[in-house]
Order: sequence, then structure tokens, then C-alpha cells
Amino acid sequence: MFTLESFSITGLEPISLTLDAGECIGLSGESGCGKTRLLRALADMDEHSGGLSLDNTPCESMCAHEWRKQVALLPAESQWWHDRVGEHFCIAHDDAGKACIDEQAVTRLGFGQDVMSWQTSRCSSGEKQRLSLLRLLANKPRVLLLDEPTANLDPEKTRHVEQLIADYVAREHAYCIWVSHSAEQLQRVSPRRFVIADGVLKNG
Amino acid sequence: MGELIHLTAPDLMLTALLILALVGLSARMQLGIGWQITIAAIRTTAQLLLVGLVLKSVFNNAELHWVVLITMVMLTVASWEIMSRQKRKLKGWWGFGISAFAMFISSFLITLLALLLIIRPDPWYMPQYMIPLLGMLLGNTMNGIALGMDRLVTTAWQQRMIIEQRLMLGQTASEAIRDIRTDSMRAGMIPIINSMAAAGIVSLPGMMTGQILAGSPPVEAVKYQILIMFLVTAGTGFGVITVLHLISHRMFDTRERLRFDKLLRAPRV
Repeated sequence: MFTLESFSITGLEPISLTLDAGECIGLSGESGCGKTRLLRALADMDEHSGGLSLDNTPCESMCAHEWRKQVALLPAESQWWHDRVGEHFCIAHDDAGKACIDEQAVTRLGFGQDVMSWQTSRCSSGEKQRLSLLRLLANKPRVLLLDEPTANLDPEKTRHVEQLIADYVAREHAYCIWVSHSAEQLQRVSPRRFVIADGVLKNG
Repeated sequence: MGELIHLTAPDLMLTALLILALVGLSARMQLGIGWQITIAAIRTTAQLLLVGLVLKSVFNNAELHWVVLITMVMLTVASWEIMSRQKRKLKGWWGFGISAFAMFISSFLITLLALLLIIRPDPWYMPQYMIPLLGMLLGNTMNGIALGMDRLVTTAWQQRMIIEQRLMLGQTASEAIRDIRTDSMRAGMIPIINSMAAAGIVSLPGMMTGQILAGSPPVEAVKYQILIMFLVTAGTGFGVITVLHLISHRMFDTRERLRFDKLLRAPRV
């Protein structure tokens, strides 16, 4: 279980919420309502108070970097700092030399196997968005916090991404919080949806 | 060896004219640097004259507490100087403390080491040795430390999104800042490495030139210069490492979050 218990950040009413294994919830709300800040706090990138735990392990009892590997945040805008795409995969201290790239996922998102040697500076924003998802999944996280993961994609690629994430969540019994502005998309990806309005998280 | 040729006030006036000419030209061409040059020239004249007088009196009564007082003043001023050269100002006393600590390691300890183990004047705090040595170390290591520190803070600020992205992918704080730290170490060390490489071929170092002008045999002057170069390099290196270590620690909180709000002064609105 991924559990929030009176979880609060500034500007939002405390949130109590439990996700079951394999569950994906949708989250929407106007720009600036605090969706992104909520995801950041869940990944322990910002300060928060109240309870937060993954499979009964409280956030504060884990090392922060260990927590973030498990509770992975996909920001709306991804960052790439090395020359080649492949250099950004499996970069945490404990996966040195691990071959953790899922070749099947690479193909499903429409890339050839040579994608890892691509130059990051020449990738389009849509390519970066899909690659950043692959990079995130390579860490095998338990929780996916997705901040508009298909904002730069055409409808066909959007479907591929939705399918890939749904399969990952089902296969790994993972948890997923999906932020999107598109009501149709949230209806496709999650049966349980929430809206943030006036600082309060409500069923939507 | 010939007598030392004394400089007279008119000699210095003549060089001051050069500065004035430069300021005039800068004003004409609207280069906007004239005022800064003027201030700096006045400062250097006043400061050096003052120091000359102070040194004269300290040399005459070489007592430990006077020497300690002067070295403390030098250390403090150097630390302020480092702070004032930062593009993004560190917050509060902590920022000053970090530079002071780095200067203490890079200059004070190294000077003590050189005096006690190598030069061994009697008494060890003999101001004719202690003060010029410390001054030279402070002046030279200060550059490297200020450069390394500035590079670390400004690059980390510019690349804060990248640092956070690395954290989100499960890297530890020290992994996320490692590349920037390496780069900053380089930035801090390059000037002294260059001056070691160029010494004697491209440039004659100031201290050596001074000793030769004052009538020392060149080879004696060279030996001192090599000593100084090594001390400065070691001091700069240890100083930069200290600063980078302390600042990159301070940049993150216990949950490995990037916290510029704790590190930097808020920009004026």
C-alpha cells in the first residue's frame, strides 16, 4: 500500500489517501493549484508533514535517495545533461554496470535499439518525454508520480505510453498517480479520479 | 651587489599619471571602468602605505601578540574579500565562516608549517618572515578559493533543475553534485597550475623579482620562489577542497533536497 495520512504541504488541506497495489489514480486541477507541488512532496523533494509510507515503511525511515528510487517522480519537463541518451540510464550508486534497460519497452515506445547512442541535444521534446519515462522505469520504481507524461505527444504515441504504464503497474503491482489536464485521458487510465480545487483534494 | 635604488615621491607620481591617462581614455570611450580603477588605485596606495607603517613598527617590536593581531586582521580581510567576489552571496555569518575556515587552512596552517619545519627563523614568529609569507599565501590562495567557490555556487544555481532531476532518479546528493564539484575544483586550481607552468619562462614571479631587485643572488631568490609556489599550490588545493566540501554539504538538507534558500541570501526585490 502507498499511504498518505493527513499528508500536508503549504497551501493544501491535509490529504488522507491509500492506493492499493496495481492501482492508478488520476489527478487534475487548474494550473497552479498544487498538483506538481504535491507530487514533488510525495517524492520527498519538498518539505511535507503528516504520514507517508510505502508498503508500511515510512518515508522518513528510508534514505531520501532510496525513497526516490522507489517513489519515482516524472517531471513535466525532463533534464538531460550527458551527451548520449544511454548515459542517463541506471545512474544511481547501486546500479553501476547493471543492464537495466527494458528493450521491449524501448521498442513499444517507437524507438530502435540504437536510441541509447543518440545525442540528447538532438532529441525533440516528444522524444525526450518518452525517453524520460523509459529512464524512470529502468529504476523499477514501486510508485510512479507522473506529471503530464504525454503533454508533448501525438494521440498515437499517447496511447502507447498509456498502455506501457498500465502494463507496468499491473505487472509490477506498482502504484501510480497520474496528473493530467485531459479529462478523457484520466478516464482511460484510472477508474479513481481526484480534483484539487481551492486547496482541497476532492473526488472528481 | 649595488645599493638599493630608492624610489621618490615624484617617481610614483609619474606612474600615477599613467593611471590618470587610462581613466581619462576610459571616460572618453565610455568604457565605464574609470571609477573602479580610480577607487582601486586610491585604495592600493592608502592600504600599502598604511601597511608599510604598521610593518615598520611591528618589525621594531617583534612581540607575539602583535604578530597574532596582524595575522588575524589579514585573515579576516581576506575572508571578506572572498565573500565580496561571489556573484551569488552566501547567507549570513555562515558564509563568512566558511571562507575564514578555508583561509585558515590554506594560509595560516601552511604558513605555520613552513615557519616551524622549513624556514625556522628565531623566534618562529619573526615578523620579517611570518607576515610576508602569510600575506603571499593569503593573496594567492584567496584567488583560487574565491574562483572555486563562485563556480560551484553559480553552476549549481544554473543547473538546479538538472541536480533535482538526478535526485529524482535516485542519486545521492553527492552523486548529483559531483560533476559540478569536479569542475569547480578545476576552476580554482587552474590559475596556480598555469602560473607554475609559466614561471620563469613567460613570467618572473613577483616575489622573486622583488628579491632580485633588492640585491639577492638569483639562485637564492629562485629557491624561495619554488618554496612559495609549492606552498601556494598546496594551500589553494586544500582550501578549495574544504570550501567545496562544506558548501556542497550545506546545499542539501538531511533529506537530500536542494536548498538554496538555506545557502544563499534572498535577492533584493
